[in-house]
Amino acid sequence: MDMSQIKDAVVPEVDVAVSVRGVSKNYGEVEALKNLSLDFPRGQLTSLLGPSGCGKTTLLKIIAGLLDATSGEVEVNGKIVTGPGPNRAFVFQDFALLPWASVLRNVAFGLELRGIARSERESIAEKYIKNVGLAGFEQSYPHELSGGMRQRVGLARALAVDAKVLLLDEPFSAVDEQTRRKFQEDLLALVQNENKTFIFVTHSIEEAVYVSDQIAILLPRPSRVSEIIRPSGFRDKPVDQIRRDPEYLDIVDKIWASLRNYVE
Amino acid sequence: MRHRSLMLKFLSAVIVFGSWEIAGRIPVSYAFPTFFESMSALVSLTLDGTIFTAYAETLKPLVVGLCISMVLGIGFGLWIGLSEKFDWLFSPIFIVMQAAPLAALIPLLVMVYGIGLTSKVFVVCIMAMPVIVLNTSGAVRNTPSSLKEMGRSFLASDYEIILKIIIPAASPIIFSGLRLGVSAGFIGAILSELKITPTGVGDIITYSRSIADYPSMYAAIFSIIVLAVLFLNLLEKVETHLFRGNVRGYVSD
Repeated sequence: MDMSQIKDAVVPEVDVAVSVRGVSKNYGEVEALKNLSLDFPRGQLTSLLGPSGCGKTTLLKIIAGLLDATSGEVEVNGKIVTGPGPNRAFVFQDFALLPWASVLRNVAFGLELRGIARSERESIAEKYIKNVGLAGFEQSYPHELSGGMRQRVGLARALAVDAKVLLLDEPFSAVDEQTRRKFQEDLLALVQNENKTFIFVTHSIEEAVYVSDQIAILLPRPSRVSEIIRPSGFRDKPVDQIRRDPEYLDIVDKIWASLRNYVE
Repeated sequence: MRHRSLMLKFLSAVIVFGSWEIAGRIPVSYAFPTFFESMSALVSLTLDGTIFTAYAETLKPLVVGLCISMVLGIGFGLWIGLSEKFDWLFSPIFIVMQAAPLAALIPLLVMVYGIGLTSKVFVVCIMAMPVIVLNTSGAVRNTPSSLKEMGRSFLASDYEIILKIIIPAASPIIFSGLRLGVSAGFIGAILSELKITPTGVGDIITYSRSIADYPSMYAAIFSIIVLAVLFLNLLEKVETHLFRGNVRGYVSD
């Protein structure tokens, strides 16, 4: 396949759910992000991919409203972000589960903080616990679950608040390879079935290419978007066909070629 | 497995009391009674009611002091843990309190507050509070930042973050501070009765020693240890009741 075709793939006119405009972030003297602009199409999954220290998690936390940008602005569904909001939900790299609370309470925690009555939030939580495949573990505690199951709890918690934008910060980096593959397949199904916008931070090239509708390559010091790639050919293929698709393999190679100089 | 852990507890009691009995029979010292002598002294102290009147006296400064230490200690600890300014202001006071040689300071307390209940409550507080404050503040400061971030991202208010995340996250260490504080408080209560005015259990200890009734003396000491252990167990029950997920247990159990 012709490589220039990928490079010059034009972003089609799409409905933008999240828009980052001219965002910079300084930590004292250090410029973590510099004048970064990026659009996230609605209903699709966009990966932020780059070497460590390229500020991808910083960008995600700015979108989440957990960090303030030094300059520039983030717009979610037309509204400027000034802090965390009900239209975004976060999935954490280290799961961030409450160890003293049962799976049920953990999943319902976002709803609890929104003041939803106990019986109602527990029935919603039970539904999402079943959706992520943890039925029967409602009364278990996080320390009784495996890493993969814990992250399913984190995912169910984010789904339960029914936010339109899901922010995932390297969600599968702390789970084992086999569980991770299962997660990636489930994530594809989730993007298909839920009408949500996914923003996905990862440092795995294969993972990014496998799950994304759009991949933003971030280069470090100071961080900027060097390239946006939109895989087109294999997105509708069955999950077990993607990894042998020539376009998949080409994109993986191409990304590695552009990132290898930045890896220490 | 529950059966086994009960067996182990029983075995440990047999070893401790058995060696006490043997040490008393040798005897290691004329002033060291055997286990059974001490227990029979405890029974007679219980039967003639002495021990109850004694505890009615001893429990006053102990309970008042422990209540003050727990409430103020956790309160101060939270405050110090949440605010850098108060950390600078108050931490040194509690570190000094913890390191101070209390027995040497008691005459000073007596001069200021007299020989009544106030001084004894103070002794209990000085013994119990620092470790509660320092444990609480340390635990609060070390709340995993990702949990606080999680709370913020799911729209928790500052108040909810303290109540639903920071306090439960700190609770295992707060409770271990409470356990240490309570044990220290028991020591403080007896110390105050030995050093300020002999009342309650301290009186039994002092008086029995002065008339060389060593079994009674050891019976009184034994009873205060038993009471402290019971209280610590109660504290553990409270913790498990409030924060069930804190009990991680052993994998083999």
